[in-house]
Amino acid sequence: MAETTYAATIAATLAAAMRADERVVVLGEDVALGGPYLTTKGLAEEFGTARVVNTPISEAAICGVAIGAAQSGLRPVVEIMFIDFIGLALDQLVNGAAKAHFMSGGQLDVPMVLRTQGGAGQRGAAQHSQSLESWLTHVPGLKVVVPSSAREVAALLPSAIADPNPVVVVESKTLYFRHETLPDEGVSPEPLGRARVVRRGDDVTIVATSKMVNEAIEAAAHLSEHGVEAEVIDPRTLVPLDLPTIAASVARTGRLVVAHEAVQHGGFGAEIAAEVQEACFYDLDAPIVRVGAPFTPVPLSPPLEDAYVPGAAEILDAVRRVLG
Amino acid sequence: MAGGAAGDPGSGGGLDAAVAERLLETMWRIRAFEERLEPLKRSSMVLGLTHLSIGQEAVAAGVCTQLRDDEPVYSNHRANGHALAKGVDMGRLLAELMGRAEGCCRGLGGSMHVVDVAHGFLGATGVVGGNLPFAVGSALAGRLLGQDRPAVVFFGDGAAQTGIFAETLNLASLWQVPVVLVCENNGFAEFTPRSAHTRVERVSDLAAPFRVPAATVDGNDVAQVHAAFAHALALARAGSGPFLLECLTHRLSGHYVGDPGGYRAAVEDEAWRARDPIERLVRQAAAAGWFDAERSRAAEAAARDEVEAAVAFAASSPFPDLGLPAELTYAR
Repeated sequence: MAETTYAATIAATLAAAMRADERVVVLGEDVALGGPYLTTKGLAEEFGTARVVNTPISEAAICGVAIGAAQSGLRPVVEIMFIDFIGLALDQLVNGAAKAHFMSGGQLDVPMVLRTQGGAGQRGAAQHSQSLESWLTHVPGLKVVVPSSAREVAALLPSAIADPNPVVVVESKTLYFRHETLPDEGVSPEPLGRARVVRRGDDVTIVATSKMVNEAIEAAAHLSEHGVEAEVIDPRTLVPLDLPTIAASVARTGRLVVAHEAVQHGGFGAEIAAEVQEACFYDLDAPIVRVGAPFTPVPLSPPLEDAYVPGAAEILDAVRRVLG
Repeated sequence: MAGGAAGDPGSGGGLDAAVAERLLETMWRIRAFEERLEPLKRSSMVLGLTHLSIGQEAVAAGVCTQLRDDEPVYSNHRANGHALAKGVDMGRLLAELMGRAEGCCRGLGGSMHVVDVAHGFLGATGVVGGNLPFAVGSALAGRLLGQDRPAVVFFGDGAAQTGIFAETLNLASLWQVPVVLVCENNGFAEFTPRSAHTRVERVSDLAAPFRVPAATVDGNDVAQVHAAFAHALALARAGSGPFLLECLTHRLSGHYVGDPGGYRAAVEDEAWRARDPIERLVRQAAAAGWFDAERSRAAEAAARDEVEAAVAFAASSPFPDLGLPAELTYAR
């Protein structure tokens, strides 16, 4: 088993993709220097600055350049350093990347990946801590991947790069330096759109995304000590969503908690809850409960931010509510 | 380079008879197509916002007729002329504007989103300025893939006030990618004259701070446009950095068919009509001995015949299947 981190796995996966395919290029602010979280460390040294392209602070144009490059034969991986800055690039992503294949009647493909990261907990305050992935899930034409571990990065990032569509990969800054062991033989790429059952259980289903997967595992271990076996499912991609895996689990357990770090109101958990109740309303033994952040911006002050970010305790509260 | 009094035919420099005839035919095809669009739009055969470029044909013709199919063009919402001049089939273009299955985008895009990859027409956009960086990306891809071809993007003077314009100029200059940015400065951004939007007199004035070479020409003189673009294209094909070509022109119709139009009371259309790019080319051709007015009338007649054939083709094309949107939301 090889010890690694989420951030190092991103760099290693990008390097492998660039070795395998000369069309893969990386663009973004400071990417040739490794970036603030070292997710592109070593790439410029190996592949040169023609393929690992530092950009000015021009999020919209960076995204637009990637779209044009993707339409003309490259496979760009563009980095938006914080998802909080995605607003600057949204026109490019929403009106450009997401619709090109459709509006051209299938003539144009936009095989690009936009990597970005979100999440609170590092005293980044309201403009460097958000979880805005649900904005992107509302746009037909985009795929949205939310890797919850180094293992998932290794499994999903190659598939995102190989995909003929624009794929947004939303990483979690709080996971970047968490240590993890991966098999020595490596992790094979896995298709987008398949959930992973992280833990088996028959009493309640917890669907958790990104860093909340770890929190759900912690909550499930605690529940197990009290005789409750939770099934933990990581959707891994929000678009496309693997509803059958989630619905099959809920049909068996009859109870569902959906947990994400994003603001609960209008978050992707609402979509999962709605789709599950449509798919298996008569299997449900209790109302679906969501876990998410409060409807306020992320505060700076440590006691306030700690209270703001949801975790295992909030998941446990939610499970108690669905168990009645 | 800009200027020329109304009625001044210009020098016609740089053209020969064959090129001049091709430009004449291209401008007539655009003019005839768009004049036919207006009634088709008013009878709801043509759908959505329909932005005409009548009066601006010299820019599309002077630029696009010099490009190969593998040299991509991005365009804006006023795209008909660019598309036709780049080689998009007139019937398939009109079918697209009518939302038909045989449209070049299978009826999913419409006039603001015309794409024809086979002819290197990579697309119009309905968001002003939105695809300026696409051209930089395409040119960057060409360079990295070892292809000897630049990219071209059309934009209006209104787009020069967007943030993405400044970001694009900066990146194009920083990376020295072979991209030609062609501005059609028609003096109006939607309903509002340029003077109400900016104190910058010329769009080309914005190039110098980014160290992008630029030129401003009389965009109603197809010979000037052709010569200036030939210069920019030669540089770009040789692998130089970006070039900004500003063409001063004038649209002789509203922002879109059926727009309120009252704002145009302030516009001296009659003065501009005297600078009609087609009539000017005919006068240049007569002076140079290339062809006479009869040749122009023949080109017009041929263009109007082509338009009627396009109308017949498009009107007989079926609407797309209801399943098409779901089929084409994602590439497979």
